[in-house]
Amino acid sequence: MTAELTVPTRSDRWTDVCGFVDLMPERGACALVDGVQVAIFRTFDGELYALSNFDPFSGAYVLARGILGTRNGAPTVASPMYKQVFDLRTGQCLDDEQVVVPTYPVRHNSAGRVEVSLP
Amino acid sequence: MNVAGDGFHRLVVIGHGPTGHRLVEALRERDTGRRWQVTVIGEETRSAYDRVALTSHLTEGADLAYPAHDPEVTLLTGDPVTGIDRAERVVTTGSGRRVGYDALVLATGSSPFVPPVPGRDLPGVFVYRTIDDLEALRAYSAALAEPVSGTVVGGGLLGLEAARALQGLGLDTHVVEVAPWLMPRQLDEGGGAMLRRHIEALDMQVHAGTPMAGLAAGDDGRVARVEFGDGSAIDSRVVVFSAGIRPRDELARGCGLPVGERGGIVVDEGCRTADPAIYAVGECALVGGQVYGLVGPCFSMAEVVADRLLDGGATFAGADTSTKLKLMGVDVASFGDPFAAALDVTYTDPVAGVYKRLVVSDDARTLLGGVLVGDADSYPTLRAYIGGQLPGTPEQALFGGTEAAGGDLPGSTVICSCNNVSADTIRCAIRDDSLTELAEVKGCTRAGTTCGSCVPLVKKILDAELTAAGIEVSKALCEHFPHSRSELFDIVRVRGITTFTQLITEHGQGRGCDICKPAVASILASLGNGHILDGEQAALQDTNDHFLANMQKNGTYSVVPRIPGGEITPDRLIVIGEVARDFGLYTKITGGQRIDLFGARVDQLPAIWKRLVDAGFESGHAYGKALRTVKSCVGSTWCRYGVQDSVAMAIRLELRYRGLRAPHKLKSAVSGCARECAEAQSKDFGIIATERGWNLYLSGNGGMRPRHADLFATDLDDQTLIRYIDRFLMFYIRTADRLQRTASWLESLDGGIDYLREVIVDDRLGLCAELDAAMDRHVAAYSDEWRDTLEDPDKLRRFVSFVNAPDTPDPSIRFEPERDQIKPVLLAGPELEVVTR
Ligand SMILES: Cc1cc2nc3c(=O)[nH]c(=O)nc-3n(C[C@H](O)[C@H](O)[C@H](O)COP(=O)(O)OP(=O)(O)OC[C@H]3O[C@@H](n4cnc5c(N)ncnc54)[C@H](O)[C@@H]3O)c2cc1C
Repeated sequence: MTAELTVPTRSDRWTDVCGFVDLMPERGACALVDGVQVAIFRTFDGELYALSNFDPFSGAYVLARGILGTRNGAPTVASPMYKQVFDLRTGQCLDDEQVVVPTYPVRHNSAGRVEVSLP
Repeated sequence: MNVAGDGFHRLVVIGHGPTGHRLVEALRERDTGRRWQVTVIGEETRSAYDRVALTSHLTEGADLAYPAHDPEVTLLTGDPVTGIDRAERVVTTGSGRRVGYDALVLATGSSPFVPPVPGRDLPGVFVYRTIDDLEALRAYSAALAEPVSGTVVGGGLLGLEAARALQGLGLDTHVVEVAPWLMPRQLDEGGGAMLRRHIEALDMQVHAGTPMAGLAAGDDGRVARVEFGDGSAIDSRVVVFSAGIRPRDELARGCGLPVGERGGIVVDEGCRTADPAIYAVGECALVGGQVYGLVGPCFSMAEVVADRLLDGGATFAGADTSTKLKLMGVDVASFGDPFAAALDVTYTDPVAGVYKRLVVSDDARTLLGGVLVGDADSYPTLRAYIGGQLPGTPEQALFGGTEAAGGDLPGSTVICSCNNVSADTIRCAIRDDSLTELAEVKGCTRAGTTCGSCVPLVKKILDAELTAAGIEVSKALCEHFPHSRSELFDIVRVRGITTFTQLITEHGQGRGCDICKPAVASILASLGNGHILDGEQAALQDTNDHFLANMQKNGTYSVVPRIPGGEITPDRLIVIGEVARDFGLYTKITGGQRIDLFGARVDQLPAIWKRLVDAGFESGHAYGKALRTVKSCVGSTWCRYGVQDSVAMAIRLELRYRGLRAPHKLKSAVSGCARECAEAQSKDFGIIATERGWNLYLSGNGGMRPRHADLFATDLDDQTLIRYIDRFLMFYIRTADRLQRTASWLESLDGGIDYLREVIVDDRLGLCAELDAAMDRHVAAYSDEWRDTLEDPDKLRRFVSFVNAPDTPDPSIRFEPERDQIKPVLLAGPELEVVTR
């Protein structure tokens, strides 16, 4: 994993993926954007986060199906496969400092839609 | 040993009982230079087995064989040694073999004493010593036409055990004891009288204090009656003699070695006979003027000789002869010298059937011995104090005032007398090897691995050590809750909490994690809060529960429909086959007698289940910490040997407990006879049919840490069986830790299986009504999770590949063929090594 992937490049190209209400609170869903699997999470307080759906520990596209929570205050998702925990804000794996997964900008627009932006 | 030196020497061991076996094991372990070439000659046709557990062979069909020796040890079975030529140093066997030795060990044990009464050789008269004895007894009893009576002659420790076994064979059982009360060698009159009441409460008749005149035959020439000196008689078609044992010293006598006046091969403290090349160990040896009839001292002698053979100077310093009766439901223990002439403190509670007596030194400080009947909970602790200073008054000791011991027991105190393990040995093992689990301590020190009565004490020592080392085992579930799972369970139950949000706001911090969320989800489900995907509960579930299927390595899921008891019609089997074929799934038969269908994408799950539900299938909960399967053998309907309908019982149990959420998965099995084809003893709850009902086994486990289930109750009728299981499961659900299987849960329960029996059978905690009601609620509320999901569009929303492209299958999922089925291909392949935590 390379560091540049964790700092998303600015982009005006937002892609509409679903309605905010289509996302279950404290759960993730996966969107396919230009062939890229993006895991979108809606936390308890209504915040949205987007990470790559690819779990680097198992090689399977499953992060969207993990359990959300907090670790020392940071919002997290635990991979459903082998349970490594990732910081939703940065993609940093909190159980292995070598590992970071890509994050993507995501927003909730005024029309109640969720959009993500890919570099 | 003067033959030692370079080169190797021939050791011959006569007798392959527990002592002979232990000697060889101990020697092989230490004789790393392989100085001794070992030959063992045994008279029995099988190799050594655990005689202490003999009865379980009859009642549970247990396999008692000890592990085999390493292949360099020569073992000759079924061939008794008939003579020893000390001049030539050669032994001769019944089959004519001649085996030379440099050192010889007699480990010939003892034989049952059969008093010289008329009729003792009649057909139908048995002894109770070997597996062969038991098998002959069982075959004879089974061939008797109608239910008849049987008698055990001898009301001692072994006699009572044999009596219980006779009862287990369906005989109306009598116990005859010449002495005025039962267990006269261990108990005083008061204890004997109390024990008699317990034995009679088990429906056995006791005839004590009446000398027996002889046995009389019936018309068929077989034993039919036991006759007493006073002219009375009892009908009895089976008689078992268990009136004491006699050391088997005939070989020693035959070659001129000194034996005791009342038998036993005379040996010194190094277990050596008058011939320096010959040792005697175990029940055949007379050491310090005493013959020992318990396995603990026998093992110590074996260890002494193993040491001596390698030039050590170990000595046998006498042994503790404390004993505890192994009869289910009857607590009897005797320790130290209960007959010492000193002060005694006695307590009798005729209503509860409890009798306790402690014998203490004249200053009331030192414990000399005692007797416990009806309540032997304090036995392990009291036994450990023998010969030492009591921490309080004798009264306090009688009423469990020494319970908290463990940390402060003197180091030299023998905790496990079967294996001669002291408190210090246990403490050192814990410290040196950083042990934290009871099972580890047992494995490393052997303490508690033979009769098990010291296990509670071993546990206390472990706890005391861990606390002292500051390894305060935190009970907190995770950073979000300072409580253990069982504490959270009580909070949720007592406060009537129904949501995670309420629980974490009021009793925790943060927003939870993948540890506490599924744990709380399971607690909510166990307490019956509707469908697991209802409302906020859905977000708590692990991916398996969230999609009601099992995630596999490539992110696809497997599907397991319930097949109760493993019974399935051809039509339903065809449906499963068709579904698998139509959706291209890989199929495999599971160990739990059902069929697993692999390779389903999330978006396919509803369609697959629609077909299955329409054909009458339900969720198999393979994805949940819940009841998995109740496996069964084919049972009495088809099997020539079956004695009960195991399939019907398995189906009944599986349907009763299906959907029950627990701290971990639950597995069960029902076997239709003692052959145990369903492997019930490796399950969380296993049931084995008997002629008269069902035996219930609890807390077994297969897997990584296999554990044989403990026999909990015998000959139960259907209703009682089910009630006991109800309570067992509900009590486990309430009190276990997160992800703790019933096996380790039971091991962590103070008091173990006996305590569990008190909770479930005697209702000691007054909980049974609540546990029963909880299970009744579960049974009434059960509904198939998959059927409910298919009927609820809101729940179905989650089963899509992509929120923005629900009709596009996940392109990362690929398969390739292998042996005519699919197998997953990982596109990217794991890029990182997985560190399993
Ligand atoms: C039903 C029952 C329950 C028991 N419960 C307990 C208990 O709870 N706690 C406890 O401490 N103890 C208990 N015991 C006693 C315990 O089993 C004995 O202390 C132990 O078996 C002694 O072992 P041993 O090897 O010295 O003798 P044995 O077990 O008698 O073994 C001696 C072996 O030597 C063989 N042998 C004898 N002569 C020859 C020969 N000439 N050539 C070749 N082989 C020969 C015999 O066939 C036998 O196999 C129980 C015993 C029984 C029968």
